[in-house]
Amino acid sequence: MINALGIPQHLLLLGGTSDIALAIADAYAAKSPGLTVTLAARPGARRDAAAEHLTGKGCVVTAVDFDAVDTATHSTLIEGVTGDIDIAAVAFGLLGDPELAWTDLETARELAAVNYVGAVTTGVALGARIRTQGHGVVVAMSSVAGERPRRSNFVYGSTKAGMDAFYTGLGEALRETGGRVLVVRPGFVRSKMTEGLDDAPLATTPEAVAEAVVNAVRDGKEQIWVPGTMRAVMSGLRHLPRGVFRRLPI
Amino acid sequence: MNDLSTLTGWGGTSPSSAHVVRPVDVDALRGQLATAGPRGVIVRGLGRSYGDPAQNAGGTVIDLTDWDAILDVDSRAPAVRVQAGISLDRLLRALLPLGLWLPVVPGTRQVTVGGAIAADVHGKNHHMDGSFGNHVSQLDILLASGDIVSATPEGDNAELFWATVGGMGLTGVVLEATIELKEVETSYFVVDTQRTRNLAELLSALSDGDDDYTYSVAWFDTATTGDALGRAVITRGNTALREELNTAQRGSALRFAASQHGRVPFALPMGLVTRPTARAFNALWYAKAPRHRVGEVQDITQFFHPLDVVGDWNRVYGPHGFCQYQFVVPFSEEAAFTTAVETLAQSGHVSSLNVLKRFGPGNASPMSFPMPGWTLAVDLPVRPGLDTLLSHLDQLVVAAGGRIYLAKDSRAAAATIARMYPRLQEFRATRAHYDPDRIFRSDLSRRLDL
Repeated sequence: MINALGIPQHLLLLGGTSDIALAIADAYAAKSPGLTVTLAARPGARRDAAAEHLTGKGCVVTAVDFDAVDTATHSTLIEGVTGDIDIAAVAFGLLGDPELAWTDLETARELAAVNYVGAVTTGVALGARIRTQGHGVVVAMSSVAGERPRRSNFVYGSTKAGMDAFYTGLGEALRETGGRVLVVRPGFVRSKMTEGLDDAPLATTPEAVAEAVVNAVRDGKEQIWVPGTMRAVMSGLRHLPRGVFRRLPI
Repeated sequence: MNDLSTLTGWGGTSPSSAHVVRPVDVDALRGQLATAGPRGVIVRGLGRSYGDPAQNAGGTVIDLTDWDAILDVDSRAPAVRVQAGISLDRLLRALLPLGLWLPVVPGTRQVTVGGAIAADVHGKNHHMDGSFGNHVSQLDILLASGDIVSATPEGDNAELFWATVGGMGLTGVVLEATIELKEVETSYFVVDTQRTRNLAELLSALSDGDDDYTYSVAWFDTATTGDALGRAVITRGNTALREELNTAQRGSALRFAASQHGRVPFALPMGLVTRPTARAFNALWYAKAPRHRVGEVQDITQFFHPLDVVGDWNRVYGPHGFCQYQFVVPFSEEAAFTTAVETLAQSGHVSSLNVLKRFGPGNASPMSFPMPGWTLAVDLPVRPGLDTLLSHLDQLVVAAGGRIYLAKDSRAAAATIARMYPRLQEFRATRAHYDPDRIFRSDLSRRLDL
């Protein structure tokens, strides 16, 4: 069960090797001695390293094989997780090469399949699980890129726009069932995913995202931006005329 | 057939959803136990536990507050037999005109008899009279099997009796209870009030004089540090005899003076209890108390339940809710107690409703909270850093051989509770014997692995 201060006993990480997922697990591990973590990710050296890292932090770790594009397996996988899932972090996703993403059919399809379709099927399975449990929090890692598509990465942005809308709606649908969804919209996060890219303004870190998630879960929030100032910035950007928005160096 | 409802405890934290049912008779209740799913059932009374013992995520919550009949009053014993869903408020209103009074009344009358037994509640007279379970002479308990058994403290099913007292509803459903009563001449109290300037003075004043009073409690300033750390207002009293009342009071000697003057509106957008308001409240409460006053006659609400005057007072804490933290440490651990108070006062988390009292001996229940020692209860709004503070206090309490109160807990870790309740294994064994399939479950039992 999650306690009155938003601290879980069992955390499910979908995309368990992502920097943000691991930072969230680290943050909870420090607050919940003996935290159980189910690490759902593709098998391999990265997952092994993540499991070892979390075990070193005192977590009881179970690794399960998860592939975002293998949608037919998602329900079985979530149903098979032992014990109540107090918090599930949906933290998988691809950034992709932004130019290939709109010119190469296969790259575009893969981005859509992982970031949107995979997120939706996972969300359906999590929704079913929460209805059975009568409680549970889903933390969905969206992105400010989904709020207004820009020329530089609009395919990624479109997948995040779709998953953001899905999880926002899932939160409404689960309201009466004891479940809750927190949609997280970080700006540019310095991580493996963005390695080699130049920092965007208001760039943040996986640790900062994790801290914001821990606070938002405790306070029962349904939607946050990281950093918090990004909310106002995006609100402004959404309303800029297209001609002006196009000329911004972002 | 039933409604899905989202429930929380009185602290308004950790909501979860369950099917809430109100069975009309014992057969319907048995039916609920027989058809319980894997998430089980738990009985809920008036929802005054602060945390999650009366909620059951994904399972069934049985509301028995309609089962509230007074079955028999024996004015010679004196004792009363009731259905367990009756509130202490209704019961006291019925008993008082007969010159009878409940031997233990907790900080609110808005709890059921079943809840009072399950949490083994205590009142201001614990140092003299013990907790609620000490005054229950018989229980009718519906077991998971569907059988109804009678249990008494020393005879039939004594093990079940004491596991049910303080057992947080996990052993079975208390259907009926016989409670021993006190005889009173009036509903008033003769109260002495005394201010103490610091913690040492407070502990010493309570140690010296407590046994002259049936009821004793201290309100406690947790906002002031330094020399005045732990300054307090002690109120102690005894039930008034008729001859101690003035003429006007004698006319209403057995009147039940309990009114509710207001309610807190539903949607306070933010808590009214902030650091500055809580500090101001602490200072005012101390300042308004007389330095020393003896023999004041107070009515029930003034003396017992100042908070019951406002319904839903928990809403002042705003949408994130609050945690109540109540711990006890043995008498030899005054140093740990003082460290805990210092830690609280210096934490920046300010509580307004702080109650300190001396406990007397505990009882035979493996899960009952009171033990001989010092207990302190504080109300803390949910804010960043509260988890760290309370985990730190847990460690102090464990190291001192003390414990925290399950009826108020909403955030402790299972391993911590196991260290605080050394007889937990014994409780688990009794529970496994009477409920092998774990029909009775709650969010609390899942969280704390009870």
